[in-house]
Amino acid sequence: MDRFVWASGLLEINETLVIQQRGVRLYDGDDKTKFDLGTVLLSTHRLLWRDHKKHDCCIALPLSQIIFFEEQAAGIGKSAKIVVHLQPVTLNKEPGPYQSSKYSYIKLSFKEHGQIEFYRRLSEELSQKRWERISVSQPMQSPSRSQAGKVKAVGIVGIERKLEEKRKETDKNISEAFEDLSQLMKKAKEMVDLSKLIANKIKDKQGDISEDETIRFKSYLLSMGIANPVTRETHGSGTHYHLQLAKQLVEMLQVPVEEQGGMMALTEVYCLTNRARGMELLSPEDLVNACKMFEALNLPMRLRIFDSGVMVVQLQSHSEDEMIASAVETVSEKGFVSSEEYAKLVGISVLLAKERLLLAEKVGHLCRDDSVESLRFYPNLFLTQD
Amino acid sequence: MHRRGVGAGAIAKKKLAEAKYKERGTVMAEDQLVQMSKQLEMFKTHLEEFASKHKQEIRKSSEFRVQFQDMCATIGVDPLASGKGFWSEMLGVGDFYYELGVQIIEVCLALKHRNGGLITLDELHQRVLKGRGKFAQDVSQDDLIRAIKKLKSLGNGFSIIPMGGGYLVQSVPAELNMDHTVVLQIAEKNGYVTVSEIKSSLKWDAERTNQVLEHLLKEGLAWIDKQAPEEPQYWLPALFSDLYSQDVTPEEADASLL
Repeated sequence: MDRFVWASGLLEINETLVIQQRGVRLYDGDDKTKFDLGTVLLSTHRLLWRDHKKHDCCIALPLSQIIFFEEQAAGIGKSAKIVVHLQPVTLNKEPGPYQSSKYSYIKLSFKEHGQIEFYRRLSEELSQKRWERISVSQPMQSPSRSQAGKVKAVGIVGIERKLEEKRKETDKNISEAFEDLSQLMKKAKEMVDLSKLIANKIKDKQGDISEDETIRFKSYLLSMGIANPVTRETHGSGTHYHLQLAKQLVEMLQVPVEEQGGMMALTEVYCLTNRARGMELLSPEDLVNACKMFEALNLPMRLRIFDSGVMVVQLQSHSEDEMIASAVETVSEKGFVSSEEYAKLVGISVLLAKERLLLAEKVGHLCRDDSVESLRFYPNLFLTQD
Repeated sequence: MHRRGVGAGAIAKKKLAEAKYKERGTVMAEDQLVQMSKQLEMFKTHLEEFASKHKQEIRKSSEFRVQFQDMCATIGVDPLASGKGFWSEMLGVGDFYYELGVQIIEVCLALKHRNGGLITLDELHQRVLKGRGKFAQDVSQDDLIRAIKKLKSLGNGFSIIPMGGGYLVQSVPAELNMDHTVVLQIAEKNGYVTVSEIKSSLKWDAERTNQVLEHLLKEGLAWIDKQAPEEPQYWLPALFSDLYSQDVTPEEADASLL
């Protein structure tokens, strides 16, 4: 902490603020300091800390004094920290809060988080070293890194070497991870290319592919996370997984949706389901794909999409009476309808239209005329006329 | 001719067709599917190996996550498409983002009455972090953006609006066109905007200005202050947090009254 100098908190001309973070406490090595809660600011030239209440209590440290820094993960009752290792104090430094310190590092403790972004920006600034290129109005007291290197005492050389090695090791771990990631991605790319080949073959044959093959292919795509352009139009994006999911969902949602009056927004369903699961959560797309299968599986729920784009899950039983009444009215007006015609009239799917008409028939309000031409529904005149 | 598709005759016909096609060209697709299945198994093994070495990296490092996501996007793979995908199952990326999605929805719902469904990414970030607690994994703004992009599929109108200093997150399906967005950007500076300000900086006529402001009022995104000195001010609660509001502890509140 003896590397810090008192500062006004004002930026010099040509010095730019990069990022700031509130809720930061300063440590001198491992010891707490009286700089208990404030805002840490990173500029192109300095690292500053300002007390969050007393704004005129402000200290600063030139970035050139930073040798190296690292994260210290949060723990029980402990916030995440960034440990900053510093050059030895320069000889004619301006006055600061500490005359001396037994440590050559400080810690920034992020009580209100923000350490990730701060770390990233600090890395950027230290690699760009903009303070070397941009001069500011007041001369900075910090010697550049190479100069300080010549004034080192022996003990510090050893420490610095260790830090350098550790940094190389960390870099190596990170670069190994990235190397492995690149290799993995190459193999993933091969899978993508193969799937494109197969998809094209399917397209060429235009629907001559067997149901079984389609199902298999779709499940492969699902595993890899590859989008499914070809078969989507004909068979939808769902797989056996989504089929099972749909059934589970209906079981789980029956009571909550009823309690909400028969309809629930999909975002709410998403939260409800995932909170209940705890792990192996559903992706939003999983949920939508599963809900899309309600109709085909004849489950007592439907996915409904309003003009606004809002999607809801709706109980089939929700407005059964209304639906029946309106169906009968429409059919009476037209004389008779087929499922396709009715679907067009009401603006719903043919499947749903048929269901609705069948429902009305079930309660005796409509009659069917099943002939070679088509299945038609008529108002049940046996019931209404003498 | 109407397709019937039901009945024993139809089933038999279908089976015959399948058999016929199978003996002709279908064999090619079958071969490739078998090949894909084998390659998939191999890939799964590679992924398992990768996971055993680097699963922690993904959890701990948001930079690594960014790299990972970018690479996936480049080759045409969406690791977050399904919880049943390999990426999700073996690397655990899925649960991280899907849970984040839940937290984002909850924050937006909780604040909707106040800001009409519009919130800055900064405020959302802070509140999500608070909600996750001290011991949870850290979450970057990039993570939030990716989670939000996934939430779009739920149809509730999630979208991200770029502003001068960051982003706004919309969580309701209110129609916001270019006109609305540019007014929001003007309001960013002070948290509010006036008719004269809009007219002078955008050179719009009164009708266009009023239409846009009325829409924002109607959607609950803006509040009007008719008691402002010179002319009514249209305030945007979404832009409040940094400028004017502060979470104050009871002690601080007491101290300020002394």
